[in-house]
Amino acid sequence: MSDQDDDRKPVAENKPAVSIAKRQTNRRRVLRTILLTGGVLGAAMSGFLPLVYAQKKRLRPPGALDEKDFLSSCIKCGQCVQVCPVSAIKLADLIDGMGVGVPYIDAREQACDFSCDAVQCVLACPTGSLTYHKPEFLPVRPGAALAAKPILLAKEKDAEPTLNMHERIGVARLVRPEACLAVQGKGFKGQTRGPGFTGKMRYMDVDRWKPIKVADHPYDVAECDLCARECPIKGAISIETVFAPDGSKRKSPVVHEPCVGCGVCEMVCPVEPTAIAIEAREVWKV
Amino acid sequence: MSTLLKRRFVDQIKVLFGWEPTKPTKPEDISPAAQKIHFYKKGNRDLIAEKLHARAHAEHGNKWRNRRWATLIFANLLFVLSFALDIQILEGALTASRFVGFHLIDLNSALQVMLAHKHIINNLLIGTGTVLVLWVLLGGRTFCSWVCPYHLLAEWAEKLHLFLAKKKLVTDQTMDRRLRTVFWIVFALLAVATGYTVFEAISPTGILSRALIYGPGLAVLWVLALLFFEVFFSRRAWCRYACPIGLTYGVVGIVSPLRIKYTLDGCFHEGDCRKVCLVPHVLDTVIKGRSVETEVPIGPDCTRCGLCVDTCPTGSLSFEVKGLSKIM
Repeated sequence: MSDQDDDRKPVAENKPAVSIAKRQTNRRRVLRTILLTGGVLGAAMSGFLPLVYAQKKRLRPPGALDEKDFLSSCIKCGQCVQVCPVSAIKLADLIDGMGVGVPYIDAREQACDFSCDAVQCVLACPTGSLTYHKPEFLPVRPGAALAAKPILLAKEKDAEPTLNMHERIGVARLVRPEACLAVQGKGFKGQTRGPGFTGKMRYMDVDRWKPIKVADHPYDVAECDLCARECPIKGAISIETVFAPDGSKRKSPVVHEPCVGCGVCEMVCPVEPTAIAIEAREVWKV
Repeated sequence: MSTLLKRRFVDQIKVLFGWEPTKPTKPEDISPAAQKIHFYKKGNRDLIAEKLHARAHAEHGNKWRNRRWATLIFANLLFVLSFALDIQILEGALTASRFVGFHLIDLNSALQVMLAHKHIINNLLIGTGTVLVLWVLLGGRTFCSWVCPYHLLAEWAEKLHLFLAKKKLVTDQTMDRRLRTVFWIVFALLAVATGYTVFEAISPTGILSRALIYGPGLAVLWVLALLFFEVFFSRRAWCRYACPIGLTYGVVGIVSPLRIKYTLDGCFHEGDCRKVCLVPHVLDTVIKGRSVETEVPIGPDCTRCGLCVDTCPTGSLSFEVKGLSKIM
């Protein structure tokens, strides 16, 4: 730089004076930037908390990959929610952490009754989170695989009576046998779950393509068998005569291997809280 | 493209990733034609007075803003109505959807899923490809200002922020723009390392889109917290310094033919455009003496929102589709 330039702009002299104020501003700016970084990352990391505590064990829609893979592959778009004819699928909220926006089924409120016939949610999924065929590198947990493709009773007489599912999403279990009406030898008359219940189901004798409210379909049975009666899968549950612990004979719902874990039995169980429930992601044990 | 514009093109990519734009320092940094205009404007007080007068009487339209808001609301409404009324035109949410059957998948969400899950199925690839082509054609960050629902809320929050700033109740705390690049890398690494789509849990775009379509949840609180931060502390902080979606679409916009064009000749350098701009660093070229050519395309970080086009009293900023002006 020539002397002439230096005379015109005394850069060297002015520089420190400007710098002190500017350096201070810059330092604050860096500090703020670090704060924002911490804030956003902190919020992002908080998503791990519910996973660490594992407080929620959600029932996922049919065809869901194993939980870890499901959470990593789900793009949280809700297309599965949109195609479900009985609105069984809901999206999880903030309390589910990494699972925010990920679909789940609250079977007691609205179970998957396969009234779409073809597992529409699997067809709608754009990322393969819900899938008929797992990619090869994903292992199948022992007991999760179904022995055969489940037969959907509603289309038993169709050319293709099966649901194209290879794994169960859970298993039904009699969690409160003492409350079960069948175990007590009692019948059931009236609307199961009461008149205010909004859950829907397809009743083949009413309309194959239009699910109706469970409340609009009252029952009158001498011995309660609602879980077995409404189960959409062939051979998944039946009322059997079993031996009680004291040696006496009694009736009881018995879950069999074809159970896919759809949750219809849980939804229609008339006692509060339910006597039979789906254990999400549980595998079949003999 | 002249050598000067090529150099600026590269410079603007660096600006996208958070660097400050370089100033032309040497005479050869500016084309002779642009230098001529710069020289002519220097000290021409009569012309400036004339333009000041014209500017004082200029009416600012909201043409592009109105079009943009209408588009943004329409797009999001189409999502909402497709589900609510079951008209099935645009099913899904902004992260992934189907437009009359065709898969559309948000680029950043797709990236997160691919990195976390490490397995790509055909539908995911098709949807991502379609959206990639779409936004290359439409301008990349056009997604931000013309579709993203958070952008609209943030725009309204920005108005409140500017009102409070005018009353001297708040001041805009600026931050280092390189932060966005850091976030992008951190969230990509987190997805790979943890196997969870970590960013999706806090993405206000996804949260708002789902809230609109499937009903709001607690996650909306996070969006409100962001808006609160933007109103009281830092103007447009999320879109400017944090959002990796913006960077993803910005990269797509590098090669986009749709952009804002700056014409040096009529510009009066009063800087109104920079005051309304979400990303004023892309408009560095409008500063007096900075423009390297007589016509300069605005860089890829520009969201093509058109606020500058609306605001410019001299019509020096306009939408341009590269190549189309040659054909027509």
